[in-house]
Amino acid sequence: MTRHSHDFQNNLNGTEIMQDAEDIIRIDELNKWYGEFHVLQDINLTVKPGEKIVICGPSGSGKSTLIRCINQLETHQMGVIRIDGQEIHADMKNIEALRAKVGMVFQNFNLYPHLSVLENLTLAQIWVHRVPRREAEERARHYLARVHIPDQAEKFPGQLSGGQQQRVAIARALCTKPQIMLFDEPTSALDPEMIKEVLDVMIELAQEGMTMVCVTHEMGFARKVANRVVFMDGGRIVEEAEPEEFFQNPQTDRGRLFLSQVLEH
Amino acid sequence: MTDTLTPPPLKAPSTVIGPLDWIRKNLFPDWRQGLLTIVVLWLLVRTVPPLIDWLFLDAAWAGDRDDCVAASGACWAFVNARWGQFIYGFYPVEHRWRVDLSMLTLVASIAVLFLPRVAHKGWIITGSFVALPVICFALLHGGPIGLEIVPTDRWGGFMLTLVVAVAGMLGALPIGILLALGRRSQMPAIRIFCVTFIELFRAVPLITVLFMASVMLPLFMPQGFSMDKLLRALIGVALFNGALMAEVVRGGLQAIPKGQFEAATASGMGYWKMMIFVVLPQALRTVIPGLVNTYVAIIKDTTLVLIIGLFDLLGIVQAGIASSDWLAPSVTTSGYVFAGFGFWALCFSLSRYSMYLEGKLNTGRQR
Repeated sequence: MTRHSHDFQNNLNGTEIMQDAEDIIRIDELNKWYGEFHVLQDINLTVKPGEKIVICGPSGSGKSTLIRCINQLETHQMGVIRIDGQEIHADMKNIEALRAKVGMVFQNFNLYPHLSVLENLTLAQIWVHRVPRREAEERARHYLARVHIPDQAEKFPGQLSGGQQQRVAIARALCTKPQIMLFDEPTSALDPEMIKEVLDVMIELAQEGMTMVCVTHEMGFARKVANRVVFMDGGRIVEEAEPEEFFQNPQTDRGRLFLSQVLEH
Repeated sequence: MTDTLTPPPLKAPSTVIGPLDWIRKNLFPDWRQGLLTIVVLWLLVRTVPPLIDWLFLDAAWAGDRDDCVAASGACWAFVNARWGQFIYGFYPVEHRWRVDLSMLTLVASIAVLFLPRVAHKGWIITGSFVALPVICFALLHGGPIGLEIVPTDRWGGFMLTLVVAVAGMLGALPIGILLALGRRSQMPAIRIFCVTFIELFRAVPLITVLFMASVMLPLFMPQGFSMDKLLRALIGVALFNGALMAEVVRGGLQAIPKGQFEAATASGMGYWKMMIFVVLPQALRTVIPGLVNTYVAIIKDTTLVLIIGLFDLLGIVQAGIASSDWLAPSVTTSGYVFAGFGFWALCFSLSRYSMYLEGKLNTGRQR
């Protein structure tokens, strides 16, 4: 079915008409095991272009694993994940091309410490997307300005604060012009006074219409920008609702318990 | 008035003390330290002046064997007389400029390493070190570019030491990197091959490898196919040290956090791009001390080629000592001191370079 629709799309030679145009991410019956441990169970999730999804839940509930499956940093054993209508799985040939459509921001930034900030931002552009160096640097400076650190391009990641590093990481992911941005607990490793500067950048990004899937415990952020909150527990999606609905009136006991623990502070 | 309100900035208290105080504080703080100071001073007085006498003041700087026997110090006349042989081996005198030019090429390649941060520096360095062996072989051996062929059995001395050392270093690093990557590969066939190779070569002495290369290998070669003895030795040295290098590099690979692999993968890089641009640059600079350790060992192990009949610096000095027109005790000692100094100079400059490199690469990337 997917293959067929993909061929169909190719036959139309780049025309915008697509059967799956509705959903930029579509996950059907996703199951994943770590050895004996059933970490993701029967996950169904769809994300439309421009939607912002916040995934939350207690630690060990599988939320990080879920978004890492979306760009196949983790491989799944059952179920189908489609990005932009195209199925993605571990042993496909052009997995790099598909990954390039998805930008990712990690909890620990994962900047390349041996490269300057500018080189961090241009590396994938030049070597994966074949952007000429001059243009890549221009684009890098543009995105550095957008995350409010235009004057740090020549520094090395180790010379920046945690909040600055995470904003560089966001700029690095944006440089390759992804259609989807994944955030894996982007503020969990930050000191409290730096959380805001990162969240502000993420909010701006959301307001510009980027499709975002965020694993985060920042409920204020969820309230502000999320279209839906996905609450996970024990490897399953337990609740999926609009933020106000979820926060005001969680449907499950586990959801209520989680909220009481998170919001108490 | 305002001056009195803001206190002057506090200066660090002076710790400068008089020379006598310094001596008392550092050399004679208590009777045990004082005794140690006296013993060390006595040892210095007993050893340094005689050494200087032997090395310089009483040495015979020119002349022949008789001058050396007459002098009570070192016999530098011997080194002087045999200088050409020590450096060039049996390389024909009229072609020695080719050796000089090769050494200049080597020096130029090393100079490239000290370039300031310029665009594409990595590629320039890689290019010059790929070109280096080709240029040097063409110069030294001759043949295709119209130079007269000098067979490798005429090569020797310091020049041969450099050839074996540089070939070993340039060969061992890529071999080591590939073996280290292979050992961590997901593919069983590649992993098993690399593990076997590393464990096999690591577990035998270099002498065995050289013997295999020079004696056993020709037996397995097809009839009529012969390979130069030096080339076989070079391949043996490169493979052997590649296996040692592989484990050093693997140590560096293991030190790279998983997040670096994930960030590179997530940005769409494939295996080789990730390794070349993200992982290896970090892994290799973590293991610079280990790499240099192996490199120093390569330089010193070049002396082992003597046992397959090649005369490196040490070999040719030994041959000179044994020649009948220079038989004298001071000649033997001086020859070995000279050879030892030659190796020390090579190895010491290498370790200085590695310290410079570590300092330079560490700037601004403390985590």
